[in-house]
Amino acid sequence: MTGQNGTPLLSVQGAKTYYGKIIALKGVDVDVHQGEIVTLIGANGAGKSTLMMTICGNPRAREGRILFEGRDITQMPTHEIARLRIAQSPEGRRIFPRMTVLENLQMGAALDKLAHFDEDVERMFTLFPRLKERVAQRGGTLSGGEQQMLAIARALMARPKLLMLDEPSLGLAPLIVKQIFDVIGELNRTEGLTVFLVEQNAYHALKLAHRGYVLVNGLVTMSGTGKELLQKPEIRAAYLEGGAH
Amino acid sequence: MADAIAKRHGPDMSAAVKDALLSGLIALGLFGPLVGLRTEQNMRNELVVQGRWGLLASVIGVIVVGRFLLLTLVWPAMAARKERAGPASETPSAVRQAVSRWFAPTSLVFLFLYPVIIVSLLGFQGSLKWVDNFGIQILIYVMLGWGLNIVVGLAGLLDLGYVAFYAVGAYSYALLSSHFGLSFWILLPMAGIFAALWGILLGFPVLRLRGDYLAIVTLAFGEIIRLVLINWRELTNGSSGISSIPKITLFGIKFDASPDGFAKIMDLPISSAYYKIFLYYLILLLALLTAFVTIRLRKLPVGRAWEALREDEIACRSLGINTTNTKLTAFALGAMFAGFAGSFFAARQGFVSPESFTFMESAIIVAIVVLGGMGSMVGVALAAVAMIGGTELLRELAFLKTIFGDNFNPDQFRMLIFGLAMVGIMIWKPRGFVSSREPTIFLAERKTISGSLVKEGHG
Repeated sequence: MTGQNGTPLLSVQGAKTYYGKIIALKGVDVDVHQGEIVTLIGANGAGKSTLMMTICGNPRAREGRILFEGRDITQMPTHEIARLRIAQSPEGRRIFPRMTVLENLQMGAALDKLAHFDEDVERMFTLFPRLKERVAQRGGTLSGGEQQMLAIARALMARPKLLMLDEPSLGLAPLIVKQIFDVIGELNRTEGLTVFLVEQNAYHALKLAHRGYVLVNGLVTMSGTGKELLQKPEIRAAYLEGGAH
Repeated sequence: MADAIAKRHGPDMSAAVKDALLSGLIALGLFGPLVGLRTEQNMRNELVVQGRWGLLASVIGVIVVGRFLLLTLVWPAMAARKERAGPASETPSAVRQAVSRWFAPTSLVFLFLYPVIIVSLLGFQGSLKWVDNFGIQILIYVMLGWGLNIVVGLAGLLDLGYVAFYAVGAYSYALLSSHFGLSFWILLPMAGIFAALWGILLGFPVLRLRGDYLAIVTLAFGEIIRLVLINWRELTNGSSGISSIPKITLFGIKFDASPDGFAKIMDLPISSAYYKIFLYYLILLLALLTAFVTIRLRKLPVGRAWEALREDEIACRSLGINTTNTKLTAFALGAMFAGFAGSFFAARQGFVSPESFTFMESAIIVAIVVLGGMGSMVGVALAAVAMIGGTELLRELAFLKTIFGDNFNPDQFRMLIFGLAMVGIMIWKPRGFVSSREPTIFLAERKTISGSLVKEGHG
């Protein structure tokens, strides 16, 4: 939507990723522009999470390039990629279970040496009031939805230029999913946050996103705006059958 | 109370007798051949079976009576207490809170007064054993436990070769002081730095390893160091070790009978107790330095990164934490404290040999950290007191020889008791003595949950 004409914020060009000899991504091209929400949908095992992990450099793409702000990050170590302010809410949330909610948030702000920690924590509590109730609780004792909120909040604490979310709706009640997606949409509208969203929940993801890609067996088979993709009969048949409403 | 239990569980008596007798029968089957029979070679190299019926009878007697008492007294009492206690309350009682609040400061004061108390009770000569065998010995292990706690408890890297760094520290002091005559106060930091370098050296190859694999490699590393110490005779004098290592001086004052020694200067009667008391305070301060550094570091980015690393390495990387550096600092810092402790050990013993740095030592230190509760300073200290103090206490049990005969050596039961204690801890306290983890940061107001809901944020 915004800034479609300039160089994309994130550009994946012909990425091929292997697990040993097995090829997981067979040359994927994905662009994410500044201020966009871009979603990547696909079935189990299509390579969605692999693409997201490849962007973070773990595993590394064996062929192709990954550019962030025009800079080649394909060979960069994972932690340095994160320092470019690509924040990630990884698959399975991966919060720190024995540390408290506040400590988890603190880890998210590790990059800035806590320069604007208090301010950002307050902002997270406004976005996710549930986290404030749980602030002194250990991460592992939170419910699934709360853990997902914490994972997103932790990623946001780094003040990211690009927020990457891996299946935030996984295993959550529809109401919680809606809450989380509402927050993502709001952050995008009010702050222009760029989001790359990997999802199986195609209906919600495509409604939220400006553009979407469909990944099938390691290849992008379709792309377009969220609305266009929602209309396509193939997508309706493959991902929305049974009505994800 | 005993009446009430007896009444309530009165009908169980016959069942208890039956159960106890059955246990006795099983014990007879098990221990009959194991304990009751003993084979010995006679003059003509023939195996002769001897019966040890008295011993067998006493073993079975203990089992039968013990089982009976368990069934009739101990378990009913425990059940009754559980009933009376009702559902466990969520908030810890006031007593427990007070204990956890005041335990550390009180024991610190006690540790500082300990030699004074002992000396005033037993006099200088009588204090030797209590200050040296108990005080210093335990504090060395407290320090080692706290040092390893950084690696295992905080960073979650299971290191079974920790004793290697202890050895590096000890040999650094032993060699450099006897060959170059350098003072302890110069060599203490140097030993720490050497050990830290070895920590980094070990850290590099094992960066990618985790859990069991890491444990095996570190174990091997510990053995390598020990074998090098045994075989590099030109430098280390092999398994006979290095002896007559110089003692520690206090601002150049020696603790001996020389005219400018401590006793003469202070005009005190000559005794080795002053040196021991001095060593006690020295190791106490070194241990407290370890604790202080650890507690401070936990609140700094590197300490937080250690704990996060223990929880989830992949998440750490995705948050921009350099896991390589984080691991290496943990290894280096843990090793450094072992190096300090090692140089102290060498100076205190006056003698080092590879014998002191076997895998058993590593295992004891790991056991101290695990028993204490990974990451808890107080827990680790308690575990060190229990393990090392327990060992020393066993030596005190020599009077039992009058009961069990001259072949009875309480020291030999050390491992058996360790094993039992470990099993007990696994059952009742699987996360160690102190399993709670103190958060390193609180919301600025430190208000309760309900309060934080009502009040407005300060953003």
